Amino acid sequence: MAVAFFYLFSAVLIASAFAVIVSRNPVHSVLYLILAFVNGAGLFLLAGAEFLAMILVVVYVGAVAVLFLFVVMMLDVDFAELRQGFSKHLPVGAAVGAVVLGELGLVALGWQSAPGAKEAAAAPIVAGVSNTAALGQVLYTKYFLFFQASALVLLTAMIGAIVLTLHHRPGVKRQKIEEQNARTRDNVIEIKKVPSRAGV
Amino acid sequence: MSFSTALAHHFLPETILALGVLALILIGAWRGTRAFGLVNELAAGLLGLAILALFFGQTSEASLFEGAFVDDAFARFVKVLTLVGSLVTVLMSRDYLQRAKLGNFEFPVLVVLSTIGMLLLVSADNLIALYLGIELMSLALYVAAAFDRDDARASEAGLKYFVLGALSSGMLLYGASLLYGFSGTISFDGIAKAITGAPPLGVIFGLVFVLAGLAFKMSAAPFHMWTPDVYEGAPTPVTAFFASAPKMAAVAITTRIVFTAFPGIVGQWQQIVIFLAIASMLLGSFAAIGQTSIKRLMAYSSIGHMGFALVGLAAGNEAGVRGVAIYLAIYLVMTLGAFAAILQMRVEGRPVEKISDLSGLSRNNGTAAFFLAMLMFSLAGVPPLAGFFAKYYVLLAAVDAGLYPLAIIGVLASAISAFYYLRVVKVIYFDEPAPAFDQSPLSLRAVLAVSTVFLLGFWLYPAPVVEAATAAAKSLF
Repeated sequence: MAVAFFYLFSAVLIASAFAVIVSRNPVHSVLYLILAFVNGAGLFLLAGAEFLAMILVVVYVGAVAVLFLFVVMMLDVDFAELRQGFSKHLPVGAAVGAVVLGELGLVALGWQSAPGAKEAAAAPIVAGVSNTAALGQVLYTKYFLFFQASALVLLTAMIGAIVLTLHHRPGVKRQKIEEQNARTRDNVIEIKKVPSRAGV
Repeated sequence: MSFSTALAHHFLPETILALGVLALILIGAWRGTRAFGLVNELAAGLLGLAILALFFGQTSEASLFEGAFVDDAFARFVKVLTLVGSLVTVLMSRDYLQRAKLGNFEFPVLVVLSTIGMLLLVSADNLIALYLGIELMSLALYVAAAFDRDDARASEAGLKYFVLGALSSGMLLYGASLLYGFSGTISFDGIAKAITGAPPLGVIFGLVFVLAGLAFKMSAAPFHMWTPDVYEGAPTPVTAFFASAPKMAAVAITTRIVFTAFPGIVGQWQQIVIFLAIASMLLGSFAAIGQTSIKRLMAYSSIGHMGFALVGLAAGNEAGVRGVAIYLAIYLVMTLGAFAAILQMRVEGRPVEKISDLSGLSRNNGTAAFFLAMLMFSLAGVPPLAGFFAKYYVLLAAVDAGLYPLAIIGVLASAISAFYYLRVVKVIYFDEPAPAFDQSPLSLRAVLAVSTVFLLGFWLYPAPVVEAATAAAKSLF
């Protein structure tokens, strides 16, 4: 049963990944990307990594892909123009890609791990501790440095986004509730005496 | 030694910078646009403090965080260089940024964040620490490249650097995943232990991809394509930063990974490093000849210099690593000095960056002309300036290791590159004077003078640098 699901998820994942790059409409590409993420999450579930699977769905499908969708729809990018010169670069790109693919095939066919690699890589799962709890136990202890360094990376990304996009424009009119509440009839209405027959 | 004392002794510079940068952000957010001057000074203070912590800190070796972070003489040597590069950048950038109306407190903050990444990178002892260090360093650099966001060239530089940087990170990660798949461990030591006998194809593939990703970060040919455009487009203080501190960290981690993770397959990575070295040296020499912009010239010059640094690495022994360490130190001083001179190129308040703008500088400002000429002689490797000794040590190591063709190509490339360095000297001394430069701030003149004095005096008293580099190289073996 699990094997059948593995092939199902894998096949859909590869097909949707392919569809991401060949779709003409960028919105379709993003939707296929979401499909690819969901299938990736399925593969994680099969491998027994339920926490990663949920994170993938929550973060990548829930946040990142939706954000992509917004960006793609909001930005007026002329994709036909971006594709110009595609055919010109295609032969070189295809040749390089074919060579790399061939080499990767050789690597995959002749793959061998060091003796004991599998045992070393298999994370020791303490009996009675769930996957998520096991992650929590190492994340703040053994991998403390990585956790803090990732936090700094995210901080940098945040500062970068603000630096590159925040514009302080003078003269922007904003609603200020306290000023509105503080208005009284006396300080906003001015009574003018207009002489008759003089026009305004 | 308990964990917390180990942390206090061996992780002090990183702690100072990480806590300090958070304080800087708070100060900046609190004071808003007026904070630039203050945050800039405080950032310089933090970097200075970190250098002091390294000088007066531990001299023992230690491995922290379950083998993710190693503190040894090599790491400390390169960290001092990196911090000096960042500190001088912060000091030199203030005047330029304020005049260009780019005086935002985020710039020093980004420099410090990037520096933390470099320090982690220099001390990285496993694949995840390596990747996180690279990302922290690079992410801040991408933003810094596009810091002048209203300028089309700077935005293009930032975007180009970002896209190609992301590609190189992808290659690095792919290589790392192959290495992990082979050895089942992320630690460099573990990978070294897992490789016994002839390496299988997967390991070689992983090695190639990791080295390609790292070569991109140090802009060694053929992974240099972004360098001239980014150096030219980014604001000049940012270019000075790019050419100095990140290169130290990138060369250092390359050196560390090949010697700690792949000591058993020297022959495999030696070929790659030799190729990178030859391609970088030749490209740096030939492509720089036709340049008219001094920033582009420096970009090609830095590619060439990275090639020379890799010559030392290609030697594959302790003497080679010592050569690399000395090369990095002298390259750092030369680059910072050269950019201090470039930042002084300002006519009637506007920065200029053509080589022809330097024309006749000797008659307008004799002192600056002399300093810049000495820098150019040193970059070209003319004895007895320090640049000559930098090349001497790496080429000597290559000859001792029997790499005669590499050493010969190095000498030829050095001779060719002398042409364009000496052309700058000719323009300064023998051409008709161009409009004189404005009076430049004290910080720039000081950096120029100090770096030139270092380069002129190195042959009289090379012991401090050479001894530190020797100790650094020893700690890797």
